[in-house]
Amino acid sequence: MVVKITDLRKAGKYLLPGSAACPGCGLAIAFRIVSKVLGKNTIYFIPACCTSVIQAPYPKSAFNVPVYNVAFMAAAAAASGAVEGLKALGREDIQVVVWAGDGGTVDIGIQALSGAFERNHNLIYICYDNEAYMNTGIQKSGSTPFGAWTTTTPKGKIGIKKNMPFIVASHGAPYVATASIGYPLDLANKVKKAKRIEGPKYIHILTPCPPGWRFPMEKTVKIGKLAVDSYVWPLYEIEKGKLRLTLKPRRIPVEEYLKLQGRFRNLTPEDIEKIRGMVDEQWEILQKLEAIGKIFF
Amino acid sequence: MKVITRKDEKTREAGEWKILTGNHAVSYAAKLARVQVVPAYPITPQTTIVELISELIASGEMNARMIRVESEHSAMAAAIGASAVGARVFTATASQGLLLMHEMLHWAAGSRTPVGMAVVNRAVGPPWNIHADHQDAISQRDTGWIISFVSSNQEALDTVITLYKVAEHPEVLLPFMVCLDGFVLSHTYMPVYLPPQDKIDEFLPPYDPPHWKLDPSNPISFGALVLPNQPYQEMRWSIHRSMEKALELFEKYSKEYGELFDLKHGGAIEEYGAEDAEYLIITAGTIASEAEVAVDEMRKNGKKVGLLKIRLYRPFPSNTIIRELKGRKGAIVLDRSISFGLSGPISEDVRAVLHSFNIDTPVVAYVTGLGGRDITYADIENMVSRGISLIEEGKTPLILWYKMRRFEKW
Repeated sequence: MVVKITDLRKAGKYLLPGSAACPGCGLAIAFRIVSKVLGKNTIYFIPACCTSVIQAPYPKSAFNVPVYNVAFMAAAAAASGAVEGLKALGREDIQVVVWAGDGGTVDIGIQALSGAFERNHNLIYICYDNEAYMNTGIQKSGSTPFGAWTTTTPKGKIGIKKNMPFIVASHGAPYVATASIGYPLDLANKVKKAKRIEGPKYIHILTPCPPGWRFPMEKTVKIGKLAVDSYVWPLYEIEKGKLRLTLKPRRIPVEEYLKLQGRFRNLTPEDIEKIRGMVDEQWEILQKLEAIGKIFF
Repeated sequence: MKVITRKDEKTREAGEWKILTGNHAVSYAAKLARVQVVPAYPITPQTTIVELISELIASGEMNARMIRVESEHSAMAAAIGASAVGARVFTATASQGLLLMHEMLHWAAGSRTPVGMAVVNRAVGPPWNIHADHQDAISQRDTGWIISFVSSNQEALDTVITLYKVAEHPEVLLPFMVCLDGFVLSHTYMPVYLPPQDKIDEFLPPYDPPHWKLDPSNPISFGALVLPNQPYQEMRWSIHRSMEKALELFEKYSKEYGELFDLKHGGAIEEYGAEDAEYLIITAGTIASEAEVAVDEMRKNGKKVGLLKIRLYRPFPSNTIIRELKGRKGAIVLDRSISFGLSGPISEDVRAVLHSFNIDTPVVAYVTGLGGRDITYADIENMVSRGISLIEEGKTPLILWYKMRRFEKW
């Protein structure tokens, strides 16, 4: 059954009003959708990230699901312990989820993630990607894209964004997907699919960040859409090693995406050309990979 | 070394005697405690603990889930995750592995997850050295873990089981480590009595988190933000309170366990020849079992020397220290670790406690046996004799190093 927008409206609310998220927060949108699809019988492991703060201060919480806040590099490991603990106690009905930012996933948490996927625990790992260390005040992460301004890359990032979904897929994960809050039903259906599959699943969601990316708070969803429409952030899934592009929108120029964000203000025309080239190449490769069939074992 | 008396042969016959290394005694303790999840990462000299546990699980003798993690940091994180959903958890490590866990040790105590762990004490690098040294465990002093030291294989087994009962008590809920000296115990065979499983089950019922666990029917955000005007300080106070409770319960349950199986190692402190002693040796781990021989030897020569063996390092048995040292001529503390820039860590604690209660028993502090340097009973006699003459001269230097060799001799 495909998740429809009416299903999301009818589903339970697990992100309650009163969270401490910034206005227009992309991750709050993502969490709302994901938690609706996963439902009540879910435990979340959350490392240090924006979400550790937006639950609201003790003793209140805007999260109506059990959450274990854990040290920065340890989320996937703590979650694997919970999966095995629940098995030992005969509670395999409970879904264990890691909900981590990009820093906690692609940088400091990559080892624990890699270990958990290699061990094949039955868990869902969700990386919400706001492309920098936003909670500490916009510092560069391994997920920051080329050219982006952050407080530690005042002249723009020199390197490129880590290709985390492919790194995870290389572990032989049964399900890996990219998503964007700009396309909520695509995201919801990927989460639903992940829930049905046994083993470690990975979903990487692009969650635009108004203060970090330097855009007005009402533009979060629009920018989430433009990232996909400009092919900067293609939406695909890798199921049992087979890649499928889940959305092939009519392409718009990368400038449409870049120009709305203050973090790309200092890009030179050469930088923009370089980004266009990378986006072209990425799309071309993804299409070829889709045509091949099984690309990961 | 303890000579186990066979007082109650009926109880004994129900159990089982095995010739075991210290590490394997620990593995059997985990089995007897019916631990449910064992996340672990290999490190010398710990590895044979989890190897035997793996074998016991594979053969069906033990019903637990093993998680072969990719680091000690993840081992402790997985232990916390499993404990937070309500499972009884055990792991083991040593040296660098324990140091890598440090962040998660704080997390385990802060989460009030009663994780059990064996630490096979080993020197910290550089340079590489895999031999007995307490620097690894002592460096975790302020993590909120119950820290115990043992000096025989039997004591290792008994302490693991006893401390689960302490750690899981509703007023404690703190993790614990049982420290045994690398190689001296970990790889040395001794006869070990395994009490019958049904008796252990009576002593240690299954773990059932009394206050909180991760449970979808009771959605709580655990560990979210607590601001300075909110009860952070009170949460730390409550850990301290639980530590005090743990001290009380360790005394109680050690006695209970000891009477149940006729296995007595004392409480937080085990005394040996202390009653009429003028001078007391204070130490922990296998140096303490060697010190028993030294006490016997010195008593043959008319020296009234006794021993206080520190079994529980945190919570620190301050009251026993005060009671025992009051009115004595002096104490000689032997540390197998060093707080660089001050002295031996146990000696610092002893001095602090004495000073707090205005007791002027002089203390001589030795740092020795680092990196596995062998400390024999003759060495201990030397240290004690020299300590006694210093005290008689009215000298109590902050730190003395024993069994040093000049660099040019190497």
